[in-house]
Amino acid sequence: MGKKNVLTLLVVISILFSFSSMPVLAEDVIKLGAYLPMTGSVAAYGDMEWSGIQIAKEMEPEVLGKKVEVMLVDTKSDKIEAANAVTLLVEKEKVVGVLGEAISGNTMAGNPISEAAKIPSVSPTATNPLVNQGKNYAFRACFIDPFQGEVAARFARSELKAQTAAVIIDIAQDYCVGLGNFFVKEFVKQGGKIVSTTYIQTGDQDFSAQLSAVQSTKPDIIYAPNYYTEDALMAKQARDLGINQPILTGDGAQADALIEIGGASVENMYFTAHFHKQAASTDRAKEYIKRYEEKYKKDADAFGALGADAYFLLVDAIKRAGSTDGTKVRDALAATKDFKGVSGTLTMGENGNPIKSMVINKVENGKFVYVTTINP
Amino acid sequence: MTSTIFLQQLINGISLGSLYGLVAVGYTMVYGILRLINFAHGDLLMFAAYVAIYATTLSALPWFLSFPLAIIVTGVLGIVLDRAAYKPLRNAPRISLLISAIGASFLLENLALVFIGGVPRAFPRPEVFDKVISLFGLRIQVLTLYTPIVTLVLLFGLLYIVFRTKVGKAMRAASKDFETTRLMGINLDRIISITFLLGSMLAAAGGIMWAMKYPQVNPFMGVFPGLKAFIAAVLGGIGNITGAVLGGFLLGLGEILIVAFVPELAQYRDAFAFVILILVLLFRPTGIMGEPIIDKS
Repeated sequence: MGKKNVLTLLVVISILFSFSSMPVLAEDVIKLGAYLPMTGSVAAYGDMEWSGIQIAKEMEPEVLGKKVEVMLVDTKSDKIEAANAVTLLVEKEKVVGVLGEAISGNTMAGNPISEAAKIPSVSPTATNPLVNQGKNYAFRACFIDPFQGEVAARFARSELKAQTAAVIIDIAQDYCVGLGNFFVKEFVKQGGKIVSTTYIQTGDQDFSAQLSAVQSTKPDIIYAPNYYTEDALMAKQARDLGINQPILTGDGAQADALIEIGGASVENMYFTAHFHKQAASTDRAKEYIKRYEEKYKKDADAFGALGADAYFLLVDAIKRAGSTDGTKVRDALAATKDFKGVSGTLTMGENGNPIKSMVINKVENGKFVYVTTINP
Repeated sequence: MTSTIFLQQLINGISLGSLYGLVAVGYTMVYGILRLINFAHGDLLMFAAYVAIYATTLSALPWFLSFPLAIIVTGVLGIVLDRAAYKPLRNAPRISLLISAIGASFLLENLALVFIGGVPRAFPRPEVFDKVISLFGLRIQVLTLYTPIVTLVLLFGLLYIVFRTKVGKAMRAASKDFETTRLMGINLDRIISITFLLGSMLAAAGGIMWAMKYPQVNPFMGVFPGLKAFIAAVLGGIGNITGAVLGGFLLGLGEILIVAFVPELAQYRDAFAFVILILVLLFRPTGIMGEPIIDKS
């Protein structure tokens, strides 16, 4: 092949490529992006939320007369990958709305990018208050941690009758640090005493040193608001070391992997949560649970429900805005009122933080069991 | 800190350290013979854990059959790994081997990711290991007792093979000089295969012990033990088998005691391991039991 032919070929190829990247399809579909942890330390969350989003899409496949398409990018449970994922979705895929991330730290890495592009985002489960602070285009489908920590502290005092508590915090996660602080504040205010505060780190597998130190302070309960992997490993090692006090944690516990890994050690673990199918009341929730269980042959979980709600919220806002314009959708999201989602009835409050109720669940006989509902 | 808590922490440290030591032995052995830092060692550990899970849950084999099966399968994978990734590079510069090892490591991790998925799985810990012994207010899990024993038994077994058998003699010869060993009529490829077989089986034993202690198995579970074992091996004197076990014990004890005495530093325990690595490389590059470096050329 001569030099000229090569050049011609290159020109033809580049023309073809520029055609393929032109927004030919954009007329026919409404493109949303999802960035979720499909691998890594919190992969179970991404897995569950993506399952939920797919059911939600089955239930409402169209908006404004066009098909909705959701493009998924894996964040590998990592902050930097999360930021890259949003850049890819916003700049290359030209999505009109973003779903994700599952955890607070990663959402805090992703939000500034969609914010700068004026693309509305809805995180299913990032509960740290800082996630949406100072943001105009960032929303979430879940309650926030001050409420969660407060409820946990009140529950520890009144139901578990705890005078003293030991707190074990995953220092690498904004979620865990924040939730730990909100719990401590409320627990002390309610007359309780914190006897020890120890730190672990995401990815650690050995907590025996920290646990032996906790044991020497003989707390009434252990508050460990960490993610399911650390929760499960820690509970197992705690029981092995003879620490039998009740363990209380946050919404990060509600993944099947917790029970699968923790086994008998996580029995009677209490946690504040977004959803339990026994407490589901809306029609949307009933339909969702039916479809979910038909498709996946397992109980509908909290993270799936929240993933679905994030999708429904965004699609509902696009419908009410009558457009995919970022600012109009943002205004519609902010004006969401009495929205009947899968995880309950939701009204968008300040800073894109919904006002909604919370449930308390516990692990019993290897299953997540509903304990009570607490309203804001 | 009361003496009971101190003893408990000591036990915690020995338990963790013997795991590091177990993984480090295989690491250091392959290095000792081939001068190859086998970065895929940790991933063999992950592979063994998955084989053990599938053998136990899918085919319902009892653990005393499925665990040895996992160890043998992993040993065979070790030989395959050598044939595919290292043998073609036998005469290439050492850096090419290192890069090939990193590539093999990524390949194994990502194959596991594609075929098994990223969500962690539980490891079926046999009930025999679940028992807890209470002694003078100390709580010792049976598994914690077995790990150092397994580590020491395998260490002495390996020492026996390397220093008392013909194959071991050939291995030691190969570690000094490939060409001369070959000239002496020794089938070098066979010796290297046996080295990989043993090294990988040790990784598998480590993987199973690891997964029993921390029953959360995912495609990247080998990365961390692999790194820690590497540090333990360097600390003990890379290439030295007894040194690897010693290095593992010291690293495990150090990590636990730093958390025990200075709880505020808990989040820096990995940094502690790397600081040790840097200090060793600076002040005693051959490690605690390492021989002085002799230039082979």
